[in-house]
Amino acid sequence: MHEDHHEVLPQHLHHFATEEQQRETGTFGMWLFLLTEIMFFGGLFFAYLLFRNWYYDAFVAASNQLSIPLGAFNTVMLISSGFCMAVGVWAAEVRKQSLLVIMLILTTFFGLVFIGVKYVEYKEKWELHHIPGAHFDVSQFENPAAYGLKEKPLAPDMAEKTQVFFFLYFAMTGMHALHMIIGVGLLVWLILRARRGAFSSGYVAPIENFGLYWHFVDIVWLFLFPLLYLINRHPLH
Amino acid sequence: MSEHHEYHDPANVTNPEHAEHHIVTPLQYSFVFLTLLVFTGVTVGAAYVELGVLNPIIALAIASFKAVVVILFFMHVKYQSRLIKITVGAGFFTFLALVTMTLLDYISRAWGLW
Repeated sequence: MHEDHHEVLPQHLHHFATEEQQRETGTFGMWLFLLTEIMFFGGLFFAYLLFRNWYYDAFVAASNQLSIPLGAFNTVMLISSGFCMAVGVWAAEVRKQSLLVIMLILTTFFGLVFIGVKYVEYKEKWELHHIPGAHFDVSQFENPAAYGLKEKPLAPDMAEKTQVFFFLYFAMTGMHALHMIIGVGLLVWLILRARRGAFSSGYVAPIENFGLYWHFVDIVWLFLFPLLYLINRHPLH
Repeated sequence: MSEHHEYHDPANVTNPEHAEHHIVTPLQYSFVFLTLLVFTGVTVGAAYVELGVLNPIIALAIASFKAVVVILFFMHVKYQSRLIKITVGAGFFTFLALVTMTLLDYISRAWGLW
């Protein structure tokens, strides 16, 4: 069977025995990077777990200031973005150049909508002085009735702890949004290359590995959404 | 190219761990997409029902389920070699081990206050 000629594609580097080995090596390396990302976000998730136990009442009151409709809308945007990315990977695999470009553009579009909604949410927090620091305003938490909120008033020391919630909220969603912004930058670069046909002749590694990154960022949000928006609700609100 | 023939291994004998490259179809992705949307709806709905300690447990269980679906299908881990599967599993296991150990430390230092 010496005549069964192995198809050698131009992207196949000579230090890999087979194309499959090269592909798997790339996937393995990408996953190692994502594991460091798990640890990075994991530290923030742990801080959230701990402080939520310590300052439970403050976390409930502060969490109820977030908008579930906006959070749910953004979750749908991210899932849609991830779906388009996945179809984009398929389009690259089966060498459909124009479909790949369209899917990458849609992935970017949904990502940008997410960031836009995040801007609206941050702006509201800015206007309410709910950004931790010297100008943080606890009055909504000490005297919720004055603001028409059906919330339990917090003692002044506990009301101060709402800053811990908002600090973690901005740290976690901010780092997540930064990952999205970096992702959108990479997407623009991939779209430009995909338009030139760089990924529609069998070379799909950059698309695949970016897909892994993009889906990972999705997964972070799948946990951020329930932790920050949902689990402290009570039906009274 | 002659060197290449020595390495070419269509029967996958030298490295049986290599998984055959599998392409997930858009139809499968659509089912995954639908599943994720449905469970997003379920988790939002569950947040408005008073379930006490079960609220965070249900929310995290649904989030974990969604994450596993994304990892298996969108991220193709279901179709990867054992090396990749173990790598991914080891990462999440290490994270959970670290969380458990750190939490045990905090709990045992303030015994009775939790």
